[in-house]
Amino acid sequence: MNEKAKGRLIDGLLLAMIIVPFLLAITLRVLYKPAEEGITISGALVYLEIPLPLQPLLVTEAMVNSWAVVIALFGASLFLTRNLKLRPESKRQIIAEWVVEKVNGLVAQNMGEKFMPFAPYIAAILGLSAASSLSSLLGLYPPTADISVIAGWAIITFTLITHYKLKSGVGSYIKGFFEPIPFFAPLNIIGEVATPVSMSFRHYGNVMSGTVIATLICAALQGLSKSLLGWLPGALGNVPFLQIGLPAVLSLYFDLFSGCMQAFIFAMLTMLFIAQADPAAE
Amino acid sequence: MIELAIGIMLCGCALGAGIALIAGIGPGIGEGQAVAKACEAVGRQPESKSAVTSTLILGCALAETTGIYGLVIGILLIFVAPGRFVDILMSAIGK
Repeated sequence: MNEKAKGRLIDGLLLAMIIVPFLLAITLRVLYKPAEEGITISGALVYLEIPLPLQPLLVTEAMVNSWAVVIALFGASLFLTRNLKLRPESKRQIIAEWVVEKVNGLVAQNMGEKFMPFAPYIAAILGLSAASSLSSLLGLYPPTADISVIAGWAIITFTLITHYKLKSGVGSYIKGFFEPIPFFAPLNIIGEVATPVSMSFRHYGNVMSGTVIATLICAALQGLSKSLLGWLPGALGNVPFLQIGLPAVLSLYFDLFSGCMQAFIFAMLTMLFIAQADPAAE
Repeated sequence: MIELAIGIMLCGCALGAGIALIAGIGPGIGEGQAVAKACEAVGRQPESKSAVTSTLILGCALAETTGIYGLVIGILLIFVAPGRFVDILMSAIGK
């Protein structure tokens, strides 16, 4: 009985680990900048400036929210993989096995058996990106709408790509830029640098433009309902009735579909580029 | 005089945002063609509908990239650039 109570307690703590970071992030946001009238479209708020010799280190909303996402995902993985048994009994083990199987299948299909150790990295990218984009459903500023977060992931991928390209030797890596004729060298270098830039811009642009369009439409609906239904008596005239419903449909596309889609595409491109860069593949 | 300078700046930002969204033409045509081909493929082989659909969605999301670039530039020009440019102008003339 004591064992059971202990297990329950750990489960509760892990569940709290999933939920509490988001609550803290929301509280911080609300305390730092209370909701105000009208609309504002701006980048991530800067919570804190740490003075450093070259330039101040900014602790932004996007960073804080992505820490929250990281802690929540960590808690979720610990929660799902507790009490693993050889023969799955609990629902959570079945979910965990399903996730691992899906990611393993994806990596095996797109990169080949040789790259199976990459499965955790791909799963991390997928989970982080999807959870970050979906955190906008809680009213948080999605970390993926900030280019510095995505650029960090794209730079990791770029490093991996370059690592695999360098495996064929530094000489042939440099020689690869001068093919098919030396005249193409600048173009090849630009093409090499364009990979992380386009990867990060694709993801960031989709999420950011979704947020901006949703904000604009909310503001437009507020104005429309004020001018159409403003004649209603008393407090009824101030209630933005048109804002009910329609933004939810838009959020279905911009937050749910677009966020998950971009996470998948980012992971897919990561896999394809890394597998392509491997000299043994040719 | 300074009002005129700021006016020209805002006008340039707005025009630039409009011109940047011309980039939407390319993905529009491209995705339309992709969808047309996907419809043909499904018509020819209805049993492969799910595979065609998932490939189509992935391809469309990739083809959308250039349009998204244009959209990002447009949003930045409307919401971010004017303030930045006015600040630069003000510091240039020492106000």
